[in-house]
Amino acid sequence: MLAAIYLRDVRLAWSAGGGGGVGVIFFLAVTAVAPFALGPDLPLLARIGPALLWIAMLLALLLGLERLFQADHEDGTLDQLRLADTPLVTVVLAKAAAHWTAAALPLIAATPLAGILLNLSPRLLLVTLASLVVGTPALALIGAVGAALAVTLRRAGVLIAVLVLPLSIPVVIFGVGAVEAASAGRAIGPPFALLGATTLVFAVVGPLAAAAALREAD
Amino acid sequence: MSVTSDTAGKRPSIINPGRFAGIADRAVPILAALTAVTLCFGLYLALWASPEDYQQGSTVRIMYIHAPSAYIALMAYVVMTSAALGTLVWRHPLADVAARAAAPIGAAFTLATLASGAIWGKPMWGAWWVWDARLTSMLILFFMYLGLIALSRAIEEPARAARITAIATLIGFINIPIIKFSVDWWNTLHQGASVMRLDGPSMPASMLTPLLVMALAFTLLFMTLHLAEMRTELLRRRARTLRLRAARNAG
Repeated sequence: MLAAIYLRDVRLAWSAGGGGGVGVIFFLAVTAVAPFALGPDLPLLARIGPALLWIAMLLALLLGLERLFQADHEDGTLDQLRLADTPLVTVVLAKAAAHWTAAALPLIAATPLAGILLNLSPRLLLVTLASLVVGTPALALIGAVGAALAVTLRRAGVLIAVLVLPLSIPVVIFGVGAVEAASAGRAIGPPFALLGATTLVFAVVGPLAAAAALREAD
Repeated sequence: MSVTSDTAGKRPSIINPGRFAGIADRAVPILAALTAVTLCFGLYLALWASPEDYQQGSTVRIMYIHAPSAYIALMAYVVMTSAALGTLVWRHPLADVAARAAAPIGAAFTLATLASGAIWGKPMWGAWWVWDARLTSMLILFFMYLGLIALSRAIEEPARAARITAIATLIGFINIPIIKFSVDWWNTLHQGASVMRLDGPSMPASMLTPLLVMALAFTLLFMTLHLAEMRTELLRRRARTLRLRAARNAG
């Protein structure tokens, strides 16, 4: 059941209008705009590159959130899922995992390319990738909460962003902190541990809150 | 709504909305008077009777506005969180009224904290704003208040708006300890905690007393505003019910 939901959501996200592909283009476009704003100073870009990648990732992950539960709510699938034997919490977890696979994974795959554009050294690129792999599940889970809260609203996109961004801040702090520790030659263990802890906290709290919010949607 | 109004008739207590309105009617003027007296006394202590700081001179007096505002900004969120629990666990209508009334007040005090902090920061640090952990987390708190207000206004049906906003409030509470302890966890420009410390306040009594009086005044001010706004919100809801009933009868 959960595998079916997961596969269905991933397939839908990738087939319907190329959601994943457009996200990658958006991600690369945001990274490419930054040098225009900052000036083509390669050492500067290398220094702030990981932070730029994290911001682009955060913004790109907001894109598909609005439809995460809304499409299911409109065609009645959500009602069926609520009636099913599977707890709604695990359904949310499966859908958040599908959102991560469909939206975040292609972005992580595109990160090396963006990293080359930003003149990142291979070692920093590797740490950035690792921090994204550990941190983006938390972003997907927080996003699921925002999407569930606004499921019944029309044009919920901006409101979801306003609700989700404050909660995402610890993830961004610890994610960029890990990369900064690596570039300053400090131990990267502690920031990675904190980042992993944040992801785990949201893996527990996020689905519970999202399921509670979805039960309010009639 | 109908379930709670049935039980409210059998339970004559302060949590009955009608009885609450009566109590609020009598409490608001008393609280307002208490606030005015305490605030005047506190401002006298803070602006005239307290000593100047050996480093900061008279500028230190901004603290007597700044620190209590920050404390109320956080306390309003704690009030909203407990009200959110009341909404979700007991489904009590008054809990939602309390949460809804606290949000704009909390946002206003957060803004007051940010503004007074900027006015204090300009002469002390040479900048209106620095990207320091405490400042940034207060700004985030401000965005959280605005997001919650926007969310509760975006949902038209009151009962659902109450529960959805309550869930969002509980999730946002994760950030409150981060805001409170940001000065202790990150060693940044903003000075560390100097009143609520395990080893006692690190401040002379001549400055601590006005600060505590101002904190009491701000607490009373918050209670006055909160009760008044809760009363207004109840009236607003009664007006809405009457309007709906009138529309139904007309149709």
